[in-house]
Amino acid sequence: MDIKILGPGCANCHKMEEMAKKAAADLGLKATIEKITDIAEIMKYTMSTPGLVINGKLRHSGKPLPDLEKVKELIRQEA
Amino acid sequence: MLKRFAEYLTYDIVRLEQGRLADALVFFTYDTIKIFFLLSVVIFFISILRSYFSPEKTRRILSHKKEFIGNILAALLGVATPFCSCSAVPLFIGFVEAGIPLGVTFSFLIASPMVNEIAVVLLWGLLGWKLTALYIGTGLIVAILSGIIIGRLRLEKWVEEYAYKIHIAENLETPNRTFRERIEYARHNTIDILERIWFFILIAIGIGGFIHGYVPEDFLLRYAGPDNLFAVPMAVIIGVPLYSNAAGVIPIVSALISKGLAVGTVLAFMMAVTALSLPEMIILRKVIKLPLLAVFIGIMTVTIILVGYLFNAIL
Repeated sequence: MDIKILGPGCANCHKMEEMAKKAAADLGLKATIEKITDIAEIMKYTMSTPGLVINGKLRHSGKPLPDLEKVKELIRQEA
Repeated sequence: MLKRFAEYLTYDIVRLEQGRLADALVFFTYDTIKIFFLLSVVIFFISILRSYFSPEKTRRILSHKKEFIGNILAALLGVATPFCSCSAVPLFIGFVEAGIPLGVTFSFLIASPMVNEIAVVLLWGLLGWKLTALYIGTGLIVAILSGIIIGRLRLEKWVEEYAYKIHIAENLETPNRTFRERIEYARHNTIDILERIWFFILIAIGIGGFIHGYVPEDFLLRYAGPDNLFAVPMAVIIGVPLYSNAAGVIPIVSALISKGLAVGTVLAFMMAVTALSLPEMIILRKVIKLPLLAVFIGIMTVTIILVGYLFNAIL
């Protein structure tokens, strides 16, 4: 599984990354989690950061952030 | 009722004698309870309301609008649309790319931090609804005016070239949420914001309480009253580097008002704190060149100072 966190790197982006890591670990999935900070790269998916891209699909963007359960659900749907 | 509780706590439970310390404690307890109650309720409902807006929708609405109407709509949508401060640059590019005029984009970006829910709650709780309405109204006017001026100056050449070259995916729909999900989001958002700011607010209310109890009534009237012409520009200059803590600044300011600080000066100060922040400037510098950034800061500073003078003159 391939997870991308989109965002130039603020507190919210960081939180999103932590949640994605924890969610993948809790679900026992092997996932590569990559942080995308390049604007042009981010904007291939969305203009509202933080974004969560799972297997190439944008599953969440912007504020408010989803909670951990929601992130797990989004990841499970793509697993 | 709240006031009585604060007095009961101070005089009957802590058993303080009437005096300055007691004054400060009453002020502190009363404000703390009131502010946290208001914050929880207001942030919760605003979060629900905001969940119906998204940057994508806003972009769609604004992309067909002309100057003026566009600026007004952009300022209003800037208040309603939830977005993380870190997405200012992608949003800027997304707006420009959708053909939204530069001035309209700025109206959006200016209104958003200035009229935020935390500032509104604190103002309302500490200084009453009249001043809050005044702040929101003038905040919107500053955003609309500054946006129109920036638009008229035709400064598109000072947007970084790469901004026009980036192409955005078209399928940027945010998923539809059920009402229950919205409430759940709002609950989370409220807890999240409170966790982030409670400490600043407590400290600020504490300082406010101290000022309230210990600083003489006319202390500021002498230095920063309505008659001092330098008070407004000074307030703006002090306000610019004080970022992110509208939460921390307002309780202090409210105490200062009771010591004679003029209302226009206060409004100008708060606008400078919320709308002109160094971190945001640094972020924006990634898409706009220095001259445009300078024009933006200049226009904002002048408009905010004018607002300060205006209210000092009429109130």
